[in-house]
Amino acid sequence: MSSDSATFDLTGSFETYNLESSPSDTITMSKSELLSHFELMYTMRRMEITCDNEYKARNIRGFCHLYDGQEAVATGINAAFDPEDSWITSYRCHCTALARGGSVSSVLGELFGNVGGQTKGKGGSMHFYNKAHNFFGGQGIVGAQVPVGLGLAFANHYNATPGKPMQVAIACYGDGAANQGQIWESANMASLWKLPMIFCIENNHYGMGTSMDRHSSHSDYYKMGNHIPGLRVDGMNILAVKEGMRFVKDYVGGGNGPMYVEMMTYRYHGHSMSDPGTTYRNREEIALTRSTRDPLEFVKRTLIEANFADAEEIKEIEKRIRKEVADEVKVAKASSPPTIEPHLFEYVYTSGGGKEQNEFPPHIRMPDFAKSKFY
Amino acid sequence: MLLSKVPLHSRRIAANQIRSNARTSSTLLEPTAYSSSNPEPPYATLGSTTKLNLFSAVNSALKTALETDPTAILFGEDIAFGGVFRCSQGLRDEFGEGRVFNTPLSENGIAGMAVGYASAGGTAIGEIQFGDYIFPAMDQIVNEMAKFRFRSGNQWNCGGVTLRAPCGAVGHGGLYHSQSPEAYLAHTPGLVVVMPRGPRCAKGLLLSSIRSKDPVVFLEPKVTFTNVSIWLRLSYSHLRCFIFQILYRSAVEEVPDADYEIPLGKAEVMREGTDVTIVGWGAQLRTLETACDLAAKEGISCELIDLRTILPWDSKTILESVMKTGKLIVSHEAPITCGFGAEIVATMQQECFFCLEAPIQRVCGYDTPFGLVYEKYYLPDEKKNLDAIRKVMELSR
Ligand SMILES: Cc1ncc(C[n+]2csc(CCOP(=O)(O)OP(=O)(O)O)c2C)c(N)n1
Ligand SMILES: [Mg+2]
Repeated sequence: MSSDSATFDLTGSFETYNLESSPSDTITMSKSELLSHFELMYTMRRMEITCDNEYKARNIRGFCHLYDGQEAVATGINAAFDPEDSWITSYRCHCTALARGGSVSSVLGELFGNVGGQTKGKGGSMHFYNKAHNFFGGQGIVGAQVPVGLGLAFANHYNATPGKPMQVAIACYGDGAANQGQIWESANMASLWKLPMIFCIENNHYGMGTSMDRHSSHSDYYKMGNHIPGLRVDGMNILAVKEGMRFVKDYVGGGNGPMYVEMMTYRYHGHSMSDPGTTYRNREEIALTRSTRDPLEFVKRTLIEANFADAEEIKEIEKRIRKEVADEVKVAKASSPPTIEPHLFEYVYTSGGGKEQNEFPPHIRMPDFAKSKFY
Repeated sequence: MLLSKVPLHSRRIAANQIRSNARTSSTLLEPTAYSSSNPEPPYATLGSTTKLNLFSAVNSALKTALETDPTAILFGEDIAFGGVFRCSQGLRDEFGEGRVFNTPLSENGIAGMAVGYASAGGTAIGEIQFGDYIFPAMDQIVNEMAKFRFRSGNQWNCGGVTLRAPCGAVGHGGLYHSQSPEAYLAHTPGLVVVMPRGPRCAKGLLLSSIRSKDPVVFLEPKVTFTNVSIWLRLSYSHLRCFIFQILYRSAVEEVPDADYEIPLGKAEVMREGTDVTIVGWGAQLRTLETACDLAAKEGISCELIDLRTILPWDSKTILESVMKTGKLIVSHEAPITCGFGAEIVATMQQECFFCLEAPIQRVCGYDTPFGLVYEKYYLPDEKKNLDAIRKVMELSR
């Protein structure tokens, strides 16, 4: 075996449902690939920890949902995808934004409410998008991304080149979201029309403070699509996520219809910043997950066991990334909040059509208080 | 699953007994008592009180409802643990998980289930976690809930439904945790839409809503809650003073421990005045009180009216006031176009055009989504309102 690439065992990482084939039990990966996955995941982890700190320092306000613990999921999906594949997800979207072409400064800038942010400070935590990378964003409304994802899959189906695999669409959502009515509607349509659609449940076992067994009558999410085939993946193992998603992409992109994918994962932080996350689950559960299933510890071990890097080199990389993240935060902070004109009024409607920058008839913009003689 | 644990038949028998008891022991606060210069006298007749903020007043009303009506059930996302705003704190423990229980994340299901349970005679109190999440439930609310009595020729109705949802801006809620959906709901004949401004009227209005024979959507302005920090935290420096001012002043009131109801469909004259009539509802009244104070310093006397019930609304009280003052300002947080203010303005110009001394003003939210960083500018604050007050005064000179 060349030291530049290695083959890893994935036995036990998958469970299939209604499927004749299954992902491979091994994956071969080059040193540079695995290192880049590690770097992305470590950046995600550092970024989320930074968000936590900045929130506590009151530099970030509002809703803020962190992804630490789940890094392998977004990283693995991204590794298996082309930039042309469409991706839509929930409000827990900082790291997907990062994987899909974002930078730490564009994420933090948005959280700080600055124009340097991905949506110019208009959205905040739940709102990241990236057109160049076919990332259709986070969604504040639980479950709403799934029918939209269906539309993306429809577009990919419609625009496909005959005889070639289709680009796929993935909608990620949580175990809590999985029982929203609109998801069942989407499943039926996706299956009826054999769309290249991936229903991806990031099962972190809790919807806010309610554990899975209290909010869902069905705990095998990968079987929830009824006759739609399903795959359950160890979502803490980047290698398994990548191989699993490669398989899923081939399957749905090949015109076989949609698939349900359940990523078994865990969120370390509470639901959002003001939830300590310890009232409805015990500290032991969190500690045990951290010590036995941590996705970053797993990559590090794998890097060492494959002789891709030694502990010292890994430390160096971590040190470098910590500095990079800190630098990016400075960049994000250096940007300033958007002005009211034009930012508040722009993009409510198109600004095309030859009109001035603003699509709003002035009479419904309200009086301009700044110019008022009384104000 | 949870419901099956409740012995249904025994509950029903108890229901009838307790219902009749409850009816006689609840006090109805007559609206007529409000308009005198002695503000809110009926509260004084209700006996002992406790200092409560809005969410504990809601909690007190829910507790009363569950005590007096054994068919009453309480359900919603995370509510068994108290809910995001702690409105149902302790109620599961007191009334059991058969009556106070969590639902999955299924808003349309919550609304639809409430319709069904109420149609079968029960009292369904559902919680939609945020007003912004009422939209996934709009189909059940608009097409089923609001029309059941009408379309079944009065054979069926779901008057037992009350859907509660917190609404309005908190300072940093952004696009999906700040909206005020009352105008969407008010466009739906058959619904009752209620929004209290503070703890004391919240309890009485909520009990009336729960016992109303029509389905009610009860919107609770979050900004009057104090302990919102469970999930939300007010933190952004330049907004903090602004929001905290509102929060603290309105935080607690002496709320009667008794079982009392405030009639729906009746506005309340909060302050009497002679120069300008100002109408608002919910948390906006805090802002309007400040605007009235500022105007008073300039010698302008404002009459402030809390609409309280947005549908069906009390045009009479407003009309009487406008006939007296000749000037009207309507102010709400929701976007101006097709906001409920538009309805009030249209009716008033039709009913009392010739007694108006100045064009009616609307001071409302902008016609934009609720962008995160713009909240301060977005809100129709006391300065914008004061500006409108001065304007109508000048125009009527
Ligand atoms: C329609 C709607 N209802 C409720 C909420 C409030 N809410 C936000 S996240 C959440 C829990 C979702 O849990 P899950 O789908 O498991 O995703 P996770 O947070 O675990 O990633 C709830 C109830 C919302 N945003 N939208
Ligand atoms: Mg979850």
